[in-house]
Amino acid sequence: MFILPVIVAVVLVLWLVGAYNGLVALKNQTMNAWKQIDVQLKRRHDLIPNLVNTVKGSMEFEKDTLDAVINARSKAMQGGSVGQTAAAEAQLTAATGKLFAVMEAYPDLKSSANVRSLQEELASTENKISFARQAYNDMATNYNTRQMQFPTNMVAGIAKASPAELWEITDDKEREVVNVDLSLGKKPPA
Amino acid sequence: MSDAPVNLFEQQARNRRQTTLWMAAFIGFFAWLGFGGDLAMYFATLDKAGVSHHPVPWLGIAVTLVGAVVTWHAFRKGPQSVLWASGAKEIVTPQTAEERQLVNVVEEMAIAASLPRPKVYVIDDPDPNAFATGHGPADACIAATSGLIATLNREELQAVVGHEMGHVRNLDVRLMTTIAALVGFVVLMSDGLGRTFRSGILGGRSRSRSGGAGGAIAIVILVLWMISLILAPLIVRLMAMAVSRNREYLADATGAELTRNPGALASALQKIDAAPAATKAIKRSAAHLCITDPLGRAVNAKEGGLANFFGTHPPMTMRITRLKGMAFQAAKAGAVTPA
Repeated sequence: MFILPVIVAVVLVLWLVGAYNGLVALKNQTMNAWKQIDVQLKRRHDLIPNLVNTVKGSMEFEKDTLDAVINARSKAMQGGSVGQTAAAEAQLTAATGKLFAVMEAYPDLKSSANVRSLQEELASTENKISFARQAYNDMATNYNTRQMQFPTNMVAGIAKASPAELWEITDDKEREVVNVDLSLGKKPPA
Repeated sequence: MSDAPVNLFEQQARNRRQTTLWMAAFIGFFAWLGFGGDLAMYFATLDKAGVSHHPVPWLGIAVTLVGAVVTWHAFRKGPQSVLWASGAKEIVTPQTAEERQLVNVVEEMAIAASLPRPKVYVIDDPDPNAFATGHGPADACIAATSGLIATLNREELQAVVGHEMGHVRNLDVRLMTTIAALVGFVVLMSDGLGRTFRSGILGGRSRSRSGGAGGAIAIVILVLWMISLILAPLIVRLMAMAVSRNREYLADATGAELTRNPGALASALQKIDAAPAATKAIKRSAAHLCITDPLGRAVNAKEGGLANFFGTHPPMTMRITRLKGMAFQAAKAGAVTPA
């Protein structure tokens, strides 16, 4: 009987094609999800100088806060791996968050329509970053799981699939704790 | 039913399946309305020799053709006419800070759902309400009343838009547009055909002279036919309401999943519920699309009994309770993202 081996071979080839294409599709979707974050990060980098320039005149006494924002921005713009970008962007979020908190003390700034619209834009962009991050992490987790699952993992090498790095949320507080621990020469708690 | 844990793909598949089922059910119903009438005429016009004077089922053919054209047209133009009827205006370039915020929030939710941004519409009405319509994610529209934008804070607005985005992502909009088109045609048919035949029979033009078995069968078919013609609009409306009701809980859950903030939707629903007036701008025909019943009917206020048949929405208190449960669980698990 020749039929049986032929059927097995055809099924195998069909599965191989399906698994390979599935992995490639997931890889591209993951990359696309990352680009969505990237678009929003660029938008934030573009918005921040506007905000700083607008509030600079009224906030001369808060030079440290403004400098922190500018420095965090230029660091964040350097890019790097997913982890480095995540850390730099988290710092930028913290710096702008502090700026917004300080701005509360300036009633003339708060009532300015220009400042308010900039603030809305930045707040929205930060939301978009976090939602894009959510979508990226979901997609990357899908992709990573598929690569590792049997039997798709046997095709992963052929499809040049490698685990995508997740965008971890690095909380401000956590980082501070780690810093303190390092200064004391102890290992940070796991 | 809606308590079962349903994931996105299951829900999309379920909606696709239901869309097909609805189409099939309606095609069957149209066939009955059309060809059933022919059948009655066939038996009614049997003469002594057993030859009918109604050999060609022209009524069935006409109803099928007209039905296909009218419902297809209604399906294509449905979202547009719903928006037009409620006086919704598209925001192309946001003029005010509020419009800017609404557009931003819609963009945020589109990113969270990984979908193209729907078109954003504003309805000038002081009562807080919102709805989504369209044929699918590619051409979806989200409309909010000016009252909604004024009443809710940013997080609550985001939650409501998340709920509407849930309707878009789950393909509820396509199903509801399909049903609206089909229901519209059934009502039209029932009105038009019913009137024609009533006047025909009362005018004494019915050919009852044949008598015998053919006449009896003709009368039975005619009676069944008339009953279904009269009941049809009521039945299809009830079915449409049931479909809508089941999808609200799910859209609430999807919205909460998108925002990761179920508490905001709960407080938004509370604020919307507290608004006294009915949404005048939104007509009855769009009621099943809204986040809350725009007519403010008492029937939507309670669970069980009549509300299970006549409400387009589940009771507000139940929705809020479920969302608060989700918020509590999320807080317990520490899964709430810092907003």
